[in-house]
Amino acid sequence: MGLSWTTDDGICELVLGREPCNEIGTAMLAELERFLAELDTERTRALVVYSTARGGFSAGADLRELYNGLVSRPADEQEPALRDFIDRIHRVMDTLDMLPLTTVGVIHGVCFGGGFELALTCDVLVAEKTARFCFPELRLGILPGFGGIPRLRRDVSNAVVRDLLLTGRSINAKKAMAAGLVSQMVAPGEGLAAARAVARQATKFDADALATTKRFMKPLPREALAEEKAHFLRLAQRPALREALRKFVESDDLRPYLP
Amino acid sequence: MSGSLDRLIQLAAKRYGVEAAGLRSEDDVFEKLGIDSFQAVELMSELELEFDVEIPDYELQGVRTFGQLAATIDKRR
Repeated sequence: MGLSWTTDDGICELVLGREPCNEIGTAMLAELERFLAELDTERTRALVVYSTARGGFSAGADLRELYNGLVSRPADEQEPALRDFIDRIHRVMDTLDMLPLTTVGVIHGVCFGGGFELALTCDVLVAEKTARFCFPELRLGILPGFGGIPRLRRDVSNAVVRDLLLTGRSINAKKAMAAGLVSQMVAPGEGLAAARAVARQATKFDADALATTKRFMKPLPREALAEEKAHFLRLAQRPALREALRKFVESDDLRPYLP
Repeated sequence: MSGSLDRLIQLAAKRYGVEAAGLRSEDDVFEKLGIDSFQAVELMSELELEFDVEIPDYELQGVRTFGQLAATIDKRR
């Protein structure tokens, strides 16, 4: 199963259910677009996003699909295809980011790369103690390309952004909370209940007051998002990405290849 | 057996339902616990919280056994 959603009493729940760990490729992108097209923002006051995948919230971009796209297309078709995907995923992330309602992400396990970027569109993050956040893109010869850097920079200090990006290391929920990224840390399995409580609180507020406050406090960093997209598209054309992806895809080690 | 190694083995055994008595310092963590990379990520978070340490991923490169993992944790305590 991929994505599914239900709305009840003004609270929409978006369930990420794509095994093994909600890899974001063309299928997930299309489902996210359909979800946003169907979301009734007039009647919805809060959105809870959570994953039922065993591995965690999301492992990020579908690296196998990305690699196959690079090796199967003629050279002159690669850049347009990648640009189209990036433009579409940016529109989805921007729309999620600016929804006029309170959005709550529930994080368990892996929250890496594009999955981390998806989480960063949420207004409030609830992390279970198993959660782990990471931007491993530099280990692949690229940088985050779904808008993650400007969103992370909006929420935490530049030093934290540099630490995560320039080392590619992952951090746990406690560290993420200390950095200001996560608002609540809860026991494994308790994230959804905590997020639903946040969502119920949001439904008590005046819709205009809530949307105005969010718009005021969470502006979209448009220039930086465009700049990040340009950097990503340039770096993704280089041989370094293809070579790193090849090693990752071809590895049968229990520990997937990453430098 | 060092204190960290013993605690590490007890925690891992409980978490993944294996007999602690069957785990030794020189055993491969992934193979002995039968875990994949996603479970390894969860285990790292649990170990960091249990031992109140931070273990950057790059310090785990080449770490394969319980003994090596316990030594890495000890360097950070």
